[in-house]
Amino acid sequence: PPAHSHSDWIGPPDKHSNLRPVIFYVSPEESALERQLREARQEAQASNQRFWARHNRAFRQEKEEFIYSRLKAKGLEMRDESGQKATLNAEEMADFYKDFLSKNFKNHLQYNRDWYKRNFRITFLMGQVALVRALRWLRWRKKNVE
Amino acid sequence: GLFVWRLRNTGIRQIPYRFVHLYHVANNRLITFQYFNFLKRMYVTQCNKDLSQQAKPKSDSIVSPFHELQQLDQEKKVVHKISPVSPVHQSWSETSSRNELREIKSAAETEDSVIPVGAESREDRQWKEMKLRLDDLPGILARLSKIKLTALVVSTTSAGFAMAPVPFELTCFLLASLGTGLASCAANSINQFFEVPFDSNMNRTKNRPLVRGQISPLLAVCFALSCGIPGIAVLTLGVNPLTGALGAFNIFLYTCCYTPLKRMSIANTWVGAVVGAIPPIMGWTAATGSLDAGALLLGGILYSWQFPHFNALSWGLREDYSRGGYCMMSVTHPGLCRRVALRHCLALMGLSMVAPVLDITTWTFPIVSLPINLYISYLGFRFYRDADRSSSRKLFFCSLWHLPMLLLVMFTCKKSVLEKEDQGDLPGGSNETAMEIRLP
Repeated sequence: PPAHSHSDWIGPPDKHSNLRPVIFYVSPEESALERQLREARQEAQASNQRFWARHNRAFRQEKEEFIYSRLKAKGLEMRDESGQKATLNAEEMADFYKDFLSKNFKNHLQYNRDWYKRNFRITFLMGQVALVRALRWLRWRKKNVE
Repeated sequence: GLFVWRLRNTGIRQIPYRFVHLYHVANNRLITFQYFNFLKRMYVTQCNKDLSQQAKPKSDSIVSPFHELQQLDQEKKVVHKISPVSPVHQSWSETSSRNELREIKSAAETEDSVIPVGAESREDRQWKEMKLRLDDLPGILARLSKIKLTALVVSTTSAGFAMAPVPFELTCFLLASLGTGLASCAANSINQFFEVPFDSNMNRTKNRPLVRGQISPLLAVCFALSCGIPGIAVLTLGVNPLTGALGAFNIFLYTCCYTPLKRMSIANTWVGAVVGAIPPIMGWTAATGSLDAGALLLGGILYSWQFPHFNALSWGLREDYSRGGYCMMSVTHPGLCRRVALRHCLALMGLSMVAPVLDITTWTFPIVSLPINLYISYLGFRFYRDADRSSSRKLFFCSLWHLPMLLLVMFTCKKSVLEKEDQGDLPGGSNETAMEIRLP
């Protein structure tokens, strides 16, 4: 993002977590409230990134392992003659999906609670900041009119 | 033949009613036209063969807001055939074609990376300033509120309104539609507000406004409040308190029950089915002011319909659900998934039989609707037995045209108010109460 910009910038989705990273603008006249908001958003971003990157990586890895073990059981290799990767059809993969979901169930519950809390807090702080800014602007208007 | 008989029997009084209906249908055509457009050609040709010229606001297929998943996928599947009109259900935004979806799915299965990068445009890979542009706002809000899904929900409500055994009242109809539409926008916005990181991880939903940072969460919540509060107010004050209460309850059910439940237990599907069943009930109560057996029947039909529709759709999305952490029957209880779908296909048949008993339709309704009900039950059985991708797809696509057809047939077989008066037989005094409760 350009140096002179006064707003936040959002980027393309991350390769591992699929989340879009945000670069936050730090105003030189940042109030305590605004700093709280920015830090909350940064923390949430970091926490989300950690969770999803790890989760997706685990998914990919376990999926590979599953395919490998199933193919082995069937007596096939990972790649066939033409060099293409051998795959299992949807029905065979269904067992893996079911397993993976139940294994990570507790993780997701924990993450959900965490995410909802953060989301509400951030939105509430945003509301407070917006209110303060609006009041400030009204006061400035009043002063200018006089 | 059926039609002619009806016209002969209806008195002069009915004609303006029909005319108004036609007028309304013309307006609704805008919405339904899009719907027609994106449905498979099969449905469109059937429509042409249809005798009923009556303008009945066609309710769309499952448009329950919570069934975004289906919607989006459904969109994708049919989009490549016709204009890119996405169903109201979900982010009706840019959708990839069905072929692309298939490619993506196979790619996901074969490749290491779970995210198919091919679908993203160059634009997406750039860094964007998080500044709200006013000229983008309407489009962003439309996507936030899942406007197409909302339109489908509103047409479901109109179906409920149309089936109510009372003379048609224009202002009431418009207010009910407006209120329901606003309530649906609010519910959809809150849903997206809650689901940002999960939406980012699923292909169907990763282009939503909040995910892309086009709008702040604060604005999303403010928008939801500014739609929801006036919406419920319109329903409570402009229509009747019962409809308002139902609307508020539905918003609550969708945002506070269904959305969190999606990640906790498979019970979310049943809750979601109720959310989809309430709009037609709201349409009925808007017209009559009371909760009759007819309203519940209509709600019941929509409730039952959700299951073959959603279960068949979710069969193909198991990977995304598993990775995203969504608890869906198709992943955790596949046998139950198929059983429930079949069960509810049969229930639809049963409910169609009940309609004439409750004096909502004539006895021609179960007879005329029998072929389509049998067909969907047959597909439901095939899905139950085969449990593979092709049978799930067949069932899903059937459900898309089955519901509008069923509701259309139901409307054409509707027992007219005059008939009932002639017979001197007012079921449960519902008509009388309807007359008494004159809506403003």
